[in-house]
Amino acid sequence: MLKKWQKKDLLKAYRTMREIREFEERVHIEFAAGGIPGFVHLYAGEEACATGVCMHLKANDKIASTHRGHGHCIAKGVDINGMMAEIYGKKTGTCGGKGGSMHIADLDKGMMGANGIVGAGPPLICGAGLAAKTKGSGGVGVAFFGDGGSNQGTVFEAMNLSMAWQLPCVFVVENNGFAESTSPKYTAPGVTNLSDRAKGVGMPGVTVDGFDFFAVHEAAGEMIDRARKGQGPSLLEVKFTRYFGHFEGDAMTYRPKDEVKKIRQTVDCLLQFRNKVTSAGMVTDAELDAVDREVKALVEESVVQAKAAPNPPLSDLLTDVYVSY
Amino acid sequence: MIRKLSYSQAINEALALEMERDSSVVVMGEDVCGGRGTDEPLDAWGGVLGVTKGLYAKFGDRVMDTPISESAFIGAAIGAAACGMRPVAELMFIDFLGVCLDQIANQAAKFRYMFGGKAETPVVIRTMIGGGFRAAAQHSQCWYPIFTHIPGLKVVVPSSPQDAKGLLITAIRDNDPVIFCEHKALYGIKGEVPEGSYTIPFGQANIVRPGKDVTIVALGLMVHKATQAATALAKDGIECEIVDPRTTSPLDTAKILESVRKTGRLVVVDEASGRCGMAADISAMVAQQAFASLKAQIEMVTPPFTPPPFSPVLEDAYLPDAEKVQAAVKAVLGT
Repeated sequence: MLKKWQKKDLLKAYRTMREIREFEERVHIEFAAGGIPGFVHLYAGEEACATGVCMHLKANDKIASTHRGHGHCIAKGVDINGMMAEIYGKKTGTCGGKGGSMHIADLDKGMMGANGIVGAGPPLICGAGLAAKTKGSGGVGVAFFGDGGSNQGTVFEAMNLSMAWQLPCVFVVENNGFAESTSPKYTAPGVTNLSDRAKGVGMPGVTVDGFDFFAVHEAAGEMIDRARKGQGPSLLEVKFTRYFGHFEGDAMTYRPKDEVKKIRQTVDCLLQFRNKVTSAGMVTDAELDAVDREVKALVEESVVQAKAAPNPPLSDLLTDVYVSY
Repeated sequence: MIRKLSYSQAINEALALEMERDSSVVVMGEDVCGGRGTDEPLDAWGGVLGVTKGLYAKFGDRVMDTPISESAFIGAAIGAAACGMRPVAELMFIDFLGVCLDQIANQAAKFRYMFGGKAETPVVIRTMIGGGFRAAAQHSQCWYPIFTHIPGLKVVVPSSPQDAKGLLITAIRDNDPVIFCEHKALYGIKGEVPEGSYTIPFGQANIVRPGKDVTIVALGLMVHKATQAATALAKDGIECEIVDPRTTSPLDTAKILESVRKTGRLVVVDEASGRCGMAADISAMVAQQAFASLKAQIEMVTPPFTPPPFSPVLEDAYLPDAEKVQAAVKAVLGT
């Protein structure tokens, strides 16, 4: 499997996953320290999905994200300094401090927004697919949503609409095992894999191990390629878990105490990736350690900058409601 | 003489002109073309009341039928707008807002603000409003105040064919999300409509009828009820000034205030619920900003606080009409 990979791409994949991990671990610490307002939902543990999917996307391809959107932003190329400043509510943030963690968006990068509404992204991504198809741009749209989101009618409606209009879309359900605190075993008891729901609208559906970057990357690549060629939409289910609570401050009373610790030590996506690429002799531990150090410094810098950045001026309260009014 | 078109034809013409002018304009909705997937010819319906009839023949697949999945296709229109298209989506009846409000209120309306001014969402949602069709509680409502309540949306309620065409062209060219509310009882009315493209700016009320005694503010079909009332009252020497705001967001407060300062008396006629509706909104605005000019209490002519009923006798009693407007005018005149 590794034979078709070039070293620079392996390093890029590792770096993106490490950036997400480092960013989220740091936000976790800073949130606990009390510097970050509002709600944050962290993506740590799920890095292989955003990275494995978005590595196939071009600048003009679009993604729609979720509450848990930091990973998607980073994987789609949104600036980390802007993201951190946004999470701190600062003027220099990606959205000028008006969106916050749940609404980071960068349309120039094809990132159509984290979303505070569960299941709101798939209809929007049908629109991105429609725009690409109408303009003949060759672009694709990817909607990320969770196992919780998969129970929203909007997701079913959007998947079905994408079939009716044969849109260049891919639907990615990130099944981390918890809709807030509730398991899909309870909310979708009749479904073995959430990808089985693809059958309900007649599109291909595949489930992959979300801790295995290469499995996600390969499956997503086939679906994105298919969409890009005009062969229609598909559904990818990525199974894994998240390392932190639904939101920061969630004590996770619904899971065994040492569950996350065990996963981090055994199947963690960064750990598995490192073992695979080093044992294949494609990348050395020293090279990956160097990436770790660089990323640590990058994220440190983003926090320093965000803390020092100015708040939005009060006049910003009234701007940007309309283009013109 | 300028040719006459129906309100419905005027809307159809505006859509056709803008689709010709701009290839990013697409039309979508349930049965806006009609007949897809059947053995019958395409363009079977052209919308449930025929407003988009003939567009498919001119523009082919830019007129898109949809599954009955309002959240998905209204959301898709919004997503496409954020990606550089100018979609016109048809929410068949405004009463169906309940199944797609999130995409309008939490997505389209908020993108620009939430994303720090970096998004433009030039989507138009055309939707039917209003009663009088014996269509009962779920197909007769006037929910434009709900949209007016939401910052980030613009809301249009045209009352004539000429206004409908010019305001729809403005709506399609506007870079913000616009809710375009078409009263179903107006589709058949005819009026003079200029040829070719023209725009009517948002936020500019139309003085439908000048007068010195009482200001009547009315929207959509209610402009016609107010006109009937004013015509009857004129026989008694009472001169009503009818102000049609045309858009509820933005609202031309200046022209309403100017009229009330002249007449000193205000009647607001609205088919929407009186509670938290346009009538209450406009009354409060006038009471706040022109209190000293008022010579009498403000009267609101709105339906009772009930769902729209089905039975014709009940619906007739429910809807504001010319007689109720006349009574309100007399009340503010103390006659």
